[in-house]
Amino acid sequence: MTLSVGCRARPGKSRDNRTGSWRVFKPFFDHEKCSKCGTCQTLCPEGCVHENAEGFFDPDYTYCKGCGICAEECPKEAIAMNQEEK
Amino acid sequence: MMEITEGSHAVAEAVRLCRPQVVSAYPITPQTHIVEDLAAFVADGKLDAEYITVENEFSALSACIGASAAGSRTYSATTSQGLALMFEVCFNVAGMRLPIVMSIANRAMGAPLSIWNDMQDSISLRDAGWLQLYAEDNQEATDLHFIAYKVAEDPAVQLPAFVCFDGFILSHTYEPIDMISQEQVDRFLPKFSPAEKLDAKDPISFGMYATPEYYLEFRYEMDLAQKRAKEVIAKAGKEFGTMFGRDYSALIEGYMLEDAETAIIAMGSICGTTKDAVDEMRAAGKKVGLLKIRVFRPFPSEEIAKALSHVKRVAVLDKNISLGARGGATAIEVRDAMYGSTIPVKGYVLGLGGRDIRKKDIREIVALCEKGIGDQFYGLRKELI
Repeated sequence: MTLSVGCRARPGKSRDNRTGSWRVFKPFFDHEKCSKCGTCQTLCPEGCVHENAEGFFDPDYTYCKGCGICAEECPKEAIAMNQEEK
Repeated sequence: MMEITEGSHAVAEAVRLCRPQVVSAYPITPQTHIVEDLAAFVADGKLDAEYITVENEFSALSACIGASAAGSRTYSATTSQGLALMFEVCFNVAGMRLPIVMSIANRAMGAPLSIWNDMQDSISLRDAGWLQLYAEDNQEATDLHFIAYKVAEDPAVQLPAFVCFDGFILSHTYEPIDMISQEQVDRFLPKFSPAEKLDAKDPISFGMYATPEYYLEFRYEMDLAQKRAKEVIAKAGKEFGTMFGRDYSALIEGYMLEDAETAIIAMGSICGTTKDAVDEMRAAGKKVGLLKIRVFRPFPSEEIAKALSHVKRVAVLDKNISLGARGGATAIEVRDAMYGSTIPVKGYVLGLGGRDIRKKDIREIVALCEKGIGDQFYGLRKELI
């Protein structure tokens, strides 16, 4: 990627910023406890929680900043935030 | 056409001829006559532009950002405290690479409150990324607006520009001005057509967020654009000279400099006084010359070093002071340009807050410089301190 003049950006440009590197705490999704309600997907500010083929939800760690909103809001306490290991 | 007019009126007329599509400014002494004139031009149908009235200078330049990003040729004017209020916006304009042209009727900074002239206001914004052009007289102040738009909008530059002229000394003085015609301006300055602009059908954001991985490179690109601007100014200045007879291709100008032993460096209206003083000193057999800096950003370091290579000493006049540093900004930067040379460079901070500088002062400064005395305030009233 090369820089635009004046830091100008077309829609979708934020995909270039792989914000997963910002993460300090990493969410772990426990499908055993999950009721598939989708609250985590609805409230994720990055829009990086996706439904998988079985109807469970998984975060995209490329973009997940580790904000912890999904873990805080999960009614089944099925998401745990663990210290990121790099 | 030659006419006798006030500096501010001439600048307003030059701006009108540049066909800005949006003007947003807040009146402040001594810039007021310029924006009054432009408001009247719009109201009277003599300028087909949107004149946005705002509550302060921060909003004025912010409105210009939106207009310029939307693809309009955009203009503002301010001075002193007004420019200080625009500080944040100035950096944003340059960072977004918007070619806004703004007139600065140079005035001192408060406190203490002073409506009179020095160059502290625009000099304090020397790191903001704007081109800075300084006029010696009202003809130059007028012409530099045409040059400023042409250079700022050049694809190789894409940076905003200050056109600076001394408040009151130029802004409120009547001088003969050769005003070029609308047809001539149109030939010199093509329509503003930026490669990118705000458009709801083709969305784009300006001045986005840059993480530490990207920010440094954006500043580097701006610095490169400043350096490229030297050549673009030279080209535009030469073209202007070919078309209208007044050549602004040089970033610096020498006056009796070729065989000078003492070189005086100055910017703005003080150059006129200095030329008269140089004439008198030459008549008295003293080899003195003037090096006038027209373009302060990009700073013509190499050009200055080359032009001064033969002199014995340099006296730099600064109508600004970088408090706590070794004098005014011009002296500091000239000393940097001359680094490695054995020619002594002495700075003199003078004329702050409208203190008059006369021919005898220039003579006294040359005498001080010959004795190796400098890097000091000049003209302090000893009885007050």
